Amino acid sequence: MQAFLNQKTITAAFILLAVAFPILTQNNYFIYIVTLSFIWMIGVYGLNLLAGYTGYLSLAHAGFFAVGAYSLGILTVKAGINYWAALVLACLITSFIGLLIGLIALRTKEHFFAIYTLCVGYILYLVIYNWESITGGVRGLIGIPAPSNIGPISFQNPLSQYYLVLFFLLFTILMMYRIVHSLSGRTFIAIRNSEELAQTIGISTMKNKLVVLVLSTFFAGLAGALYASFIRFIGPDIGYITITFDLLMYLLVGGIGTLAGPIVGTLLLVWVSQYLQFLQDYRMLIFGPLLTLIIIFYPRGIVGAIYSWKMKLGKKAKRTSDRGKSSGHDKGTGSMAEKKVEEG
Amino acid sequence: MFLETKHLTKQFGGLVAVNNVDFSIEKGKINAIIGPNGAGKSTFFNIISGLHPSSSGQVIFKGKDITKLPSNKIAKLGVARTFQTTHLFEQSTVLDNVIVGHRLRTKSNLLDAVLRTKRFWTEEQKCREKAIEVLDFVGLTHAAHKMADSITQEEKKRVAFALALATDPEVVFLDEPAAGINPDETEGLALLMEKMVQKGITVCLIEHKMQMIMKISDKIMVLNHGEKIAEGTPEEIMGNQTVIEAYLGGSVSA
Ligand SMILES: Nc1ncnc2c1ncn2[C@@H]1O[C@H](COP(=O)(O)OP(=O)(O)OP(=O)(O)O)[C@@H](O)[C@H]1O
Ligand SMILES: [Mg+2]
Repeated sequence: MQAFLNQKTITAAFILLAVAFPILTQNNYFIYIVTLSFIWMIGVYGLNLLAGYTGYLSLAHAGFFAVGAYSLGILTVKAGINYWAALVLACLITSFIGLLIGLIALRTKEHFFAIYTLCVGYILYLVIYNWESITGGVRGLIGIPAPSNIGPISFQNPLSQYYLVLFFLLFTILMMYRIVHSLSGRTFIAIRNSEELAQTIGISTMKNKLVVLVLSTFFAGLAGALYASFIRFIGPDIGYITITFDLLMYLLVGGIGTLAGPIVGTLLLVWVSQYLQFLQDYRMLIFGPLLTLIIIFYPRGIVGAIYSWKMKLGKKAKRTSDRGKSSGHDKGTGSMAEKKVEEG
Repeated sequence: MFLETKHLTKQFGGLVAVNNVDFSIEKGKINAIIGPNGAGKSTFFNIISGLHPSSSGQVIFKGKDITKLPSNKIAKLGVARTFQTTHLFEQSTVLDNVIVGHRLRTKSNLLDAVLRTKRFWTEEQKCREKAIEVLDFVGLTHAAHKMADSITQEEKKRVAFALALATDPEVVFLDEPAAGINPDETEGLALLMEKMVQKGITVCLIEHKMQMIMKISDKIMVLNHGEKIAEGTPEEIMGNQTVIEAYLGGSVSA
């Protein structure tokens, strides 16, 4: 019970802090950075559902992110479609491409899947780079409109854009929470655990993996589309492999297969990157070893580490309280365990 | 005929792992498959449960040819199995490991999950109740909220049973359920298998522990180098010269 309250409090505190943040800082640069982080988080959540909960590490997600961004850019700039319609279409186009690629890619497993999707990501990048008549090639697309007004609400200034992106982030988190805590979520986790076992308890693994891949690319596309309308200019480099590795790094550091991981990892690494910007690409010299250490010692990232630490504390507390009363101890571990599963 | 295989054969390249096996599983009985290491027992299970395609031959379940069905469909027909090695999700509770076992009897999809529909809640409840029921059946109620990595090897075997039972099977295939556990625990698992039969579930198991096999099985098939070399009641098998030779020969060359 206490653990449950705890989780609710943390969620409420996060939302409150996120809502109050622009008022607290008043600093446009910080608002800009955090908005951008929120956009990355949406993409990381998409990756997490596939790689974290279903066990399929996609290295094509920058490609899908770019497909979302370019779809929105092309639909608004070249086709002149209404922004909101373009946003929806951009997500649908990305998931449709995800579906097509998934039909082939999901016939492979583990590192073969990773390598296959790495190639797919690179091909998506090359297509964007070379299809000049549509994508503008290396010059990219400029003049992407900001989200159009909804009634009296305009999205022209950084503050309203911040809240718009926050809205989509909260929407993403709600979706993820509900998916993970459902029979569907359990099904995905069963696939991650052992695909053979999942099949023999009656799970159609191919169908479920396809559904996850489509959803996962949907969120990558959403992140990309929001990015395009926030930055207002896109070039092919947003589809490059380095972006995939950024997303993956945020996920691994925060905690793969946990619900809070994408937030923690993204905020932390984006923030640290700001301070290490003077190092340019050499900052990888710091991130590389850091990442290796985290994967070795905390395979479920910071969030996972906090959980196992809490579990240990819970067990200790249980042991001491058990000396007094022997009943009721089952409930104690039960709620701790449930909580862990809720997060993980 | 409840479940039978006809001329079932599986080749891995040049190796014939299962060779032309005719076997019928009797409903409501404990059927056992024995044989030396590498005899093709697990492969036989893998073909029946649809994990591996057969090279030739048929699997017939209640008059229906299931040879070409994918394993998830076979599971839906009421055929469950466990594996030689248990694959529990260790970072989760025993109960959570078992809940997903009843997933195949539910219909709710992602939309139900996202919208939290009525069907979502009833089916979540249904799966949870099923898991509690089968955990009670295998005698693990006390461990339901323990983490799967904190329970004993014998308890893990029971969780694997529970997971198979959560699918509401008519027949369960158990691959070496008593491997790696002590004699007392083996006794307990044997009782559990008898309890399953009493509940109306047909059991087919692979086992190396002869004492247990001879005690609980109604019918035994012996495989050697992929071929069926004998079939019959425990008494018949114990007195069978070919079987004795296969086992002795096996241990001499091993
Ligand atoms: N996927 C596979 N690919 C190639 N060969 C295989 C495969 N699975 C099993 N085999 C081979 O088929 C033969 C039968 O293996 P199987 O696992 O069915 O034996 P078993 O009777 O279950 O043995 P054990 O008692 O050791 O579990 C062995 O020689 C094994 O090496
Ligand atoms: Mg075997």
